[in-house]
Amino acid sequence: MTATDTQRAIETVWKMESAKVIAGLTRIVRDVGMAEDLAQDALVSALEQWPTSGIPRNPAAWLMAAAKHRAIDHFRRHKMLDRKHQELGYELETQQGSIPDFDAALDDNVGDDMLSLIFIACHPVLSTEARVALTLRLLGGLTTEEIARAFLVAEPTIAQRIVRAKRTLSEANVPFEVPRGAELAGRLSSVLEVVYLIFNEGYSATAGDDWMRPALCEDGLRLGRILAALAPGEPEVHGLVALMEIQASRAAARTRPNGEPILLLDQDRGRWDQLLIHRGLAALERAERLGGARGRYVLQASIAACHARVRVAADTDWEGIVALYGELARLMPSPVVELNRAVAVSMASGAAAAMPLVDALASEPALKNYHLLPSVRGDLLVKLGRFGEARPEFERAASLTRNARERDLLLERARDATVRSNPTRS
Amino acid sequence: MRFVVMVKATKDSEAGKMPSTKLLEEMGKFNEELVKAGIMLAGEGLHPSSKGVRVRFNGDTRTVIDGPFAETKELVAGFWIWQVKSREEAIEWVKRCPNPHESEGEIEIRQVFEADDFGPALTPELREAEQRLRSKIDTKS
Repeated sequence: MTATDTQRAIETVWKMESAKVIAGLTRIVRDVGMAEDLAQDALVSALEQWPTSGIPRNPAAWLMAAAKHRAIDHFRRHKMLDRKHQELGYELETQQGSIPDFDAALDDNVGDDMLSLIFIACHPVLSTEARVALTLRLLGGLTTEEIARAFLVAEPTIAQRIVRAKRTLSEANVPFEVPRGAELAGRLSSVLEVVYLIFNEGYSATAGDDWMRPALCEDGLRLGRILAALAPGEPEVHGLVALMEIQASRAAARTRPNGEPILLLDQDRGRWDQLLIHRGLAALERAERLGGARGRYVLQASIAACHARVRVAADTDWEGIVALYGELARLMPSPVVELNRAVAVSMASGAAAAMPLVDALASEPALKNYHLLPSVRGDLLVKLGRFGEARPEFERAASLTRNARERDLLLERARDATVRSNPTRS
Repeated sequence: MRFVVMVKATKDSEAGKMPSTKLLEEMGKFNEELVKAGIMLAGEGLHPSSKGVRVRFNGDTRTVIDGPFAETKELVAGFWIWQVKSREEAIEWVKRCPNPHESEGEIEIRQVFEADDFGPALTPELREAEQRLRSKIDTKS
C-alpha cells in the first residue's frame, strides 16, 4: 500500500465509523461537541500511527479505544481540577469528574446511541439549516467542505453553523436519548424532514452541478435506510424510505441529455431503476404491515408507487391517486397538494372536472409565484380547446419559472396555443 | 456509486456443499451490518455451475453448453449489490466479510457503470441517440 492508499483507507474507515464513535462518546460525555472533538483526536492518532503500524484488523474498535483513552484523560484532568477546586473550597459536583464505566457504556446499545445521535442532530431547538448540516456532518460523515460544496454555501458559513448548533445543544442541555411517548412523533417528524430535505436537495440538482450536490440524494437515501434499520417499528420511516427509493428510481429518466426536465408521464419507463422500485415497494409494504393511520410519507410513497407499478402511463390508476391526494390534503392541507389533486382529477375524470379545483386556487397567496399553477391551468385549457385563454397562462408560467429549459418549453406551448387559437393564420 | 461484489466459487461450493451453521450465522450478522449501514441493495447466493448453462456466441451461431464448468475459481457463487461512497469503502466492507468458504477463496469488487462514468466521450448527442435507441427498443418489446 502506498502512503496515499493508506491515507485514503484511513479516511474511508473514518467516514464509516465516525458516527458510531461519536454516538458512543456522546452517551458518556453527554456533549456532542466534546464527543466530536474526542473522536477527531482519535482520527489524528490513527493518521499518525496507521501509516507505520498498518491498519488494524478491527479499525472501528481501534478508533473507539483511542477515543476512549482521550475521554478518560479528559475526565482525569477534570477530576484533578475538581480536587484543586475542592481544596480551594469550591463545591463542585463530583459526578462531572468521575470516570464512567466506558467498556460497558460503549459496547451496549450501539443502535440506541446512533438513534439518539440522529435525534439530537435533528433537535427542534436547532434551525432547519443547522439540523441538516449537523446531520450530514455527524451521521453522513461529510466534511464541512463537502457540505458547503453540496449546498453551494461558503465553507466558513457551514463551519459556523455547525459550531453554533453544537453550542445551542449544549446550552439547552438537550438530553442524549431516544424520545419516548408523546414526544416521539414530533421529534421523529423533525428527523424525517431533515432526511427528506437532504435527499431533495440532491434530487433538484442539475446535471451541470458539482457532483457533491447530486450525491446528497444517496446521502439522504442512506440515512433513511439506516434509520429504517434502527427504528423498524415506525411506519413513517419506511414510508419515507419508500418515497425516496421510488423517486430515485426515476433519476435517469427525468431529464433529457440537454438537461431539460421530462414530466413523469412522458418519461421512458424502461429507464426506471427496477431494483430501486422493488426496494421502494417493499419498504411501503413494511409500512403498511405496521398498520395505523397513514402518515404523509406513507401517503406520498403510495402515490409514487401507483406510478412505479405500471409499465405504461396509460394504465395509471388515477382514481386511486385522486383518493390518496384527498387523504393527503386532509392530513396536511396545502395548496400544492390541492394542485396535484386537481391534475389527478383531470386525468381520472377529465379537464372540465379539474378546472373548478384549479380556479379555486387562483387567489391562493402561497401559489402567487408558483409557475406550475398557470402551467397546469394552461394545460387544462388546451384540453378543453380554449387555446386563446391558454396562451397567457403559459406565458405567465414561463415568466415565473427559474429553470431556463422549462421556460423555453412553456414559451413553445404558448406559441403553439396561439397558432391553434388562430387556425386560419397557420 | 454501486458495486457488484462477487463471491467466487470453490471446490466445495461447486460440489453443492452447504455452509456450516457457524458460517451461516456469521454471514447473517455481516448482512445485518450491511443493512444497518444502509449500503446493501441486494444480495443472492447462486446454485453450483452444475445447474448452470452457457450460451456461446460465434458469429451467427449460438451453442448451448450445460454446466458444470471447469474454471472453479473464476465462477461466481454469490453476489451483493452495494451502494457506497467510494471504491475504498467497498474494499473496507469486503475485508470485514467472514471468510465465505472454509478453504481459500476470493471476493471480487466491480463497479457498476452509470451514465456519468462514460465521461466526455459520451457527448450529449450520443446520449440522446442512445436514449432514442432505448425508447425504440422499449416500444418494440
